[in-house]
Amino acid sequence: MKKEYDIIVVGAGPAGSMAARYASEQGASLLMLEKDRDVGYPVRCGEAITKRNLIQFIDPDPKWVVAEISKFVVYAPDGTEVVFDFGEVKGYMLERRIFDYELAKTASTAGAEILTRAYVYDLILEDGKVCGVKVEYRGEKIEIKSKIVIAADGVESRVGRWAGLKTHIDFRDMESCFQVTASNVNAPQDALQFYLGTNYAPGGYFWVFPKGENIANVGLGVSGDHCKKRSSLSYMNEQMEKFFPDASILTQVAGGVPCSVTLDEITGDGIMLAGDAARQVNPLTGGGIGSGMIGGSIAGKVAGEAIKKNDLSLIHNYKKEWNKKRGKLHLILDKIKEEFFKISDEEFNEIFHKMIKHKPEDRTLNKLFMTALAKKPSLLVEVAKVILI
Amino acid sequence: MFRMAKKGKLMIEILPDKCDFCGACVGVCPEDAIELKEAEIKIIDPKCTNCSKCIWSCPIEVIKFNKDGIEV
Repeated sequence: MKKEYDIIVVGAGPAGSMAARYASEQGASLLMLEKDRDVGYPVRCGEAITKRNLIQFIDPDPKWVVAEISKFVVYAPDGTEVVFDFGEVKGYMLERRIFDYELAKTASTAGAEILTRAYVYDLILEDGKVCGVKVEYRGEKIEIKSKIVIAADGVESRVGRWAGLKTHIDFRDMESCFQVTASNVNAPQDALQFYLGTNYAPGGYFWVFPKGENIANVGLGVSGDHCKKRSSLSYMNEQMEKFFPDASILTQVAGGVPCSVTLDEITGDGIMLAGDAARQVNPLTGGGIGSGMIGGSIAGKVAGEAIKKNDLSLIHNYKKEWNKKRGKLHLILDKIKEEFFKISDEEFNEIFHKMIKHKPEDRTLNKLFMTALAKKPSLLVEVAKVILI
Repeated sequence: MFRMAKKGKLMIEILPDKCDFCGACVGVCPEDAIELKEAEIKIIDPKCTNCSKCIWSCPIEVIKFNKDGIEV
């Protein structure tokens, strides 16, 4: 480890590793720091990703793909089931403790140095400009200088705050989640299952995602507003008892998913934010692997270029690039989310009853949206507003 | 890990033995008053305003108010 790098990345999740990889590929000297002892562990994630997002960065590998997804099965509050069969593989279930390793490996192959068990406790600031990080590593305090710090430090993201960026998230936008990886759970291997309704998970959903024969990620997210009254763990205990009383729990994790639009400011003097830290999660689904990788890769490219051209002001192009690729879409998804969760259980039931009257081949997600529109025309108004801005 | 609570004052406490160190509370804290390491968490006393947002966002109910060291 050197005393100075061009770029320091804080956090070695998918966003951090992609930032590290794309910046290193342009020749920047780079150090990526991870506070936990392992890259990729503990896994606080449902582990589903769309094929489209994944293959931009890495080819699917049986080492870490545990299931290929070609269907969504969605349940209304009264149990009405609607199957969306895409007829081809549209997504994957990952084994993230292996997947994250592979991503970090691509960063190190590109030239990045990686250090785990390295907790960043402060920034080095000079005249308000970020010039490096202060790290606690095996009981020692070390200062490492850099021209740019990329904070990919996850949902808790404190690094951005120390640089003066407003990163804290409204508690109503924080999905409070609990998930178990359980065996003795018989779930279809080609489908993601979602349960909607206030009984399951108000302001969120209950999910069953396959992780191989007889094993699945079972979890739920409750929006902050509802979690205030009752914790996601208590909802989860109830669902497990109801659906999978014979399950054995192999892993259990709590987690917060920031389901909001991207932060207004994702760059500052010498600092960039990526992934959950920048609030780059898909606000409707809560999926953050793909969008985090996209955010991280853009941050890495932009930072690498700024170093190459020796012009640090170029890092501010990041927001524009992000907006072009995802930011604008997230605005729309956030509006849809807000309207979606105003739909009552009874209205969801009606929408699903209408859906099952369509022929199976006509049951598409677009159709669901159109059917929901009939119930909630305000959905369209909100979406139109974003598109027309 | 322990904060010196003023007598009779309500204070937010995180029960470290039950915590999963997920960081949801840190993300919603408006004051940057929670420090989270790999498996350590603590409230930074002078910064905490006892606003309760961390309590509301905790998935597993491990953040509580206490008075004179007793959960309320």
